[in-house]
Amino acid sequence: MNTETRQTMTETAPTAARRAEEALRPPVDIFEDAEGITLEADMPGVSKDRLHVQVDANTLLIEGEVQIDLPEAAEALYADIRSTRYSRSFTLSNELETDKIDASLNDGVLRVHIPKHPEQRPRRIEVRAG
Amino acid sequence: MFGTYTGLQGNLFDQLNRLQRELDESFGLWPQAAELRAPGWGSWPPINIGATPERVDVYLFAPGLDPNELDINIQRNLLTIAGQRRIERAEDQRWYRTERHSGEFRRAVTLPEDADPDRVDASYRDGVLHVSVQRHESSQPRRITVS
Repeated sequence: MNTETRQTMTETAPTAARRAEEALRPPVDIFEDAEGITLEADMPGVSKDRLHVQVDANTLLIEGEVQIDLPEAAEALYADIRSTRYSRSFTLSNELETDKIDASLNDGVLRVHIPKHPEQRPRRIEVRAG
Repeated sequence: MFGTYTGLQGNLFDQLNRLQRELDESFGLWPQAAELRAPGWGSWPPINIGATPERVDVYLFAPGLDPNELDINIQRNLLTIAGQRRIERAEDQRWYRTERHSGEFRRAVTLPEDADPDRVDASYRDGVLHVSVQRHESSQPRRITVS
């Protein structure tokens, strides 16, 4: 984890109740640029109607339900994936405009973009020649 | 729908045994010989395999791929799936987390002996590659009527 002072998005530990459901923790990439912060999460098997992205106060929650066409009588020979639910949450710092959050899902990859307040974006200061 | 997979989780003792085995494997204590092509724990992409008397279904949880660039091969009952997912990480961005797999991958799966390499279907949806392999009919259970 980055040790720089300003942390824009920090992960929150799941509550005991959530942990009991044994949800999968989707791997994420998180990066920041001048405009805002972007999170990408691998959530294979989740379709748009089974995806849940929610911002509550300063917590971002991403959840999804895996749906796979599997014959009813199928017997599992091998399984790396042992749950049908993904869940992970993060806290957001208040320079982010959480009401302008944008989320999209493509081929099982969730992309969430949260812009920074305009006054919080880095500005280049012009130096006038004296 | 997915119950048999979650059912595989079994009871607490099964889970403890599995945990014990994974720990043992990582420290070289597992006495049983590992299959040569068996992946190390935590390989990407994760795979699930389900079977019915008629067919074997292999699911590869590999999101964000172009399915046309996947290399899927079957030789007798050995199925191999190879491909790559390159994630461009620009330098002017400040990266806090890079947990997603980037780069090439290859996974091999040994199917049951009766898998028919001539009858294979593959589809890609919501980031999951589904390879369905039919099994030879002779090995399916058949009811014999006495005349």
